Amino acid sequence: MSSCHGDGDGHKSVSTATVEGPAPVGQRLIALVGPPNAGKSTLFNRLTGLRQRVANFPGVTVEHRLGKAQVEGHYDVELVDLPGIYSLSPRSEDERVSFDVLTGKMDGLRKPDAILLILDSTNLSRHLTLAAPILSLGLPTLILLNMADDLRARDGHVDVNALSKSLGAPVALISASKGEGIEAVERFLTRGIAVPKPIQLPVLQDVPHCRQWARGMSESAGYRHPAPPELSRKLDGVFLHPLWGPVIFVIVVGAVFQTIFTGAKPLMDGVQSLVAMSGAWVGGLLGPGLLKSLIIDGLWSGVGSVLVFLPQILLLFLFIGILEDSGYLARAALIADRTMARVGLQGKSFIPLLSAYACAVPAIMATRTIENKRDRIATILIAPFMTCSARLPVYTLIIAAFIPERPFIGPFLGTRAAAMMGLYVLGFVAAVATARLLKSSILKSERTPFVLEMPAYRRPTLRSLGLRISDRAQVFLKRAGTVILGVSFVLWLLASVPLINGHTPPIEQSLAGTLGRTIEPAIRPLGFNWKIGIGLISSLAAREVIVGTLGTIYGMEPGKDQVGLQQALQHDLSPAGAVSLLVFFAFAMQCMSTLAVVRRETGSWKWPAIQFTYMGALAYVSSFIVYHVLR
Amino acid sequence: MQLSFKKTSSGSKPRTLAELGSGEAATLVHLDLPNDFANRLMELGFLPGGPVCAAFSAPGGDPRVFRVEGAEVALRRETALRIQISPAASAA
Repeated sequence: MSSCHGDGDGHKSVSTATVEGPAPVGQRLIALVGPPNAGKSTLFNRLTGLRQRVANFPGVTVEHRLGKAQVEGHYDVELVDLPGIYSLSPRSEDERVSFDVLTGKMDGLRKPDAILLILDSTNLSRHLTLAAPILSLGLPTLILLNMADDLRARDGHVDVNALSKSLGAPVALISASKGEGIEAVERFLTRGIAVPKPIQLPVLQDVPHCRQWARGMSESAGYRHPAPPELSRKLDGVFLHPLWGPVIFVIVVGAVFQTIFTGAKPLMDGVQSLVAMSGAWVGGLLGPGLLKSLIIDGLWSGVGSVLVFLPQILLLFLFIGILEDSGYLARAALIADRTMARVGLQGKSFIPLLSAYACAVPAIMATRTIENKRDRIATILIAPFMTCSARLPVYTLIIAAFIPERPFIGPFLGTRAAAMMGLYVLGFVAAVATARLLKSSILKSERTPFVLEMPAYRRPTLRSLGLRISDRAQVFLKRAGTVILGVSFVLWLLASVPLINGHTPPIEQSLAGTLGRTIEPAIRPLGFNWKIGIGLISSLAAREVIVGTLGTIYGMEPGKDQVGLQQALQHDLSPAGAVSLLVFFAFAMQCMSTLAVVRRETGSWKWPAIQFTYMGALAYVSSFIVYHVLR
Repeated sequence: MQLSFKKTSSGSKPRTLAELGSGEAATLVHLDLPNDFANRLMELGFLPGGPVCAAFSAPGGDPRVFRVEGAEVALRRETALRIQISPAASAA
C-alpha cells in the first residue's frame, strides 16, 4: 500500500508544500499517539523489542518512554510511546505528558519528526476524532487502525484506501498484538512518512463539530461498525450481576489466596531444598573457616531465605496479570466507586490501589490519570498501605511459623490463607480510613466526577502473561543479587567482629548484637527482641530484606542454622509478638523506592516525610496495642 | 438549583439519563455540566443528538455503564442527572 503520494521514489527529495521526502538522515524521532487503550504500548513493544507495561484498561501508560525501532538495517529510528489522549486539551498529568511531547515542550526531548496515530479499528467513528487535532499539527503522520483481527472477527469493515484519500495521510490496518501488518509500519518508519495533504479540518475547540467530521470520514471509508462484543456483554451480565458479581469476586479472591499458599508450596519446597543442597555442596568444597562462614552462613542463608519466596510472588503476578489483561480491573473500579466516594475519592483511584497489590511504585505512577490534584495526592499517600508483593515473604514466613494449617471455611479455605486475607483486608482498611481522614481535612476538595471507559474483555495471551512473569522474576532475582546480597554481607561483617581469640564471637557479643541491644528498649514494648530489631532496621531498605537478615542472623548462630527459619522464629517470638510484627509490617512505610517515587511525583520531600512519619507512628502504636492486648 | 420544567414542543416531559433503566435507549439532548467536563464527555461519545443506551451498573445501580457509539462509559448518578435526554422514538 503506497499512500506515500507525491514524488516518485527516484527523485531526490524535492520538498513541496505538501510532500516532504524522507526525513533528514540521522536520528528520527517518531511519536506513538492515540486514545487510551488503543494499543500504543503493545505496538511500541513490538517495534522496539522493549517491555513497556501493557494491560487491558485505559491509562496504563502514564509517562513517555523512548526506544529504538528494531528494523533490519536501520538504526536511526527512535520511537516515543505516549499516554493515551482524547484530544489536545489535557486534563490530567498523563495527558499533559503527551501534549508536551507533541508540541515540543517536554524537557530534554525535541519535537517529534513524525507521528504514528494508533486508533482502535473496532471503535473507528469515535477514535477518528483524534485525527483532526493530530493532523492539524502538520507533522508527517501514519494512521494505524489497530485490532484488525477483532474487527474482522466481529464482521466490521473499513476501506483503508478511501480513508487514506479522505484524510490525506497513509492509513494501514494492523494488529499490534498478533503482529499483523507490522511490515507496513516498518516500511514507513524507514522510508519516511509524508506530511499529510491539507484537508478541511473541523474547528478543534468545537467537539460536536469534530465528532461530526470524524463520522463523515468513517462513512466516506465505508466503515461498517463491528457487531457488538456479545461475549463482553454476557460476561458483564455475570460479573456485574447485583448478586453473583460480588459472590464471584469473593470466591475468586479466596481461591487466589489459597493457591498462593498451597499451590506454591511444592515449588517453594523445591527451591528450599535446592538452596540447601547447593549450600551443602559449596560448603563441602570450601572446608571450615572464615570464608565458609561468609559464603554459607552469611550470604547463602541470607539470599536463599528470600529466594524461597520467588514461586509465590510469581504466582501472585500471574493472577494480577490475568485481572489486568482481561479487562476485569475496570469493572472492579466500577464496583468500588461507591465505597471510594464515601471516603471522598473516586473509582479511578481504585485502579492505582489495585496495582499497588503488586508494588506501590507503579501504583503511584498510575495516579497520574487522576485529574484532581488533591485526589491524586491522597491516593499517593494511601497506596503504600495496600499489601504489596514485598510483604508476601514476611507474612508467609510468620504465618507459617505461628498459625497451624486447619480447614477454616470447609475444605475451601485454610486458616493460613484466611490469615493472609485478613492482613490484605487490614491494609485496605487502613488505606480507606486514611483517605477519609485526608479528604475530610488537609486534602478536602469538591467531589470530582467519575468517568471511566470500560474496555472490552479480552483473553489474556500466554505471551503477555509469560513476559510479565519473566520480567518480575528478573526484578526479584536482581534485588536478591544486589540489595539482599549486600545487606547479608554487611550483616555478616557486623556479626563477625570483634574477633575473640581469632574466632568469630557469639552473635550476642558481636557488633551486630551490640547494635541490636542498643535499639532493643525501643522495640521491646512491641514484643520484639534485638534480632527482630536488626531485621526491622534492614527492612527500611525494602520489606523482604528482613527475611534475608533473619536468615543470616540465624545462619550464624550455632545450632540454629539446622532448624530452619520458622523454628528459629518460634523460639524468639511469642505469638503476641508475631501478630504485632505482622501489624507492624502491614502499616509501616519500609521502602526507599516508594519514598523516592513519591518525592518525584509530588515534587517535594514534604509528602514523603508526612507519609513516612504517619505510617511509622501508626505501625508503632498499633503494634503496641496489639501486643499488650494479646499478651 | 434550577430544575428544568420546560416542556418540549411535543409535550413529552424532559428526562435525564439517570432515569434510563437497564437496556433502555434514548437520544441525548443537552449536557448541563461545566464546559471542561462536558467536552470530555462529548469526546467520549456523549453528543447531543446522538443515541445512548443504559447498560449494566455496579451493585446498587450507581455508577452505571452507558453505551454511546460503540463505547461503554461508566458515569455516576450525579452526572447522569444533569444529562437531558428525549425518548429514542422521537429521534428515529
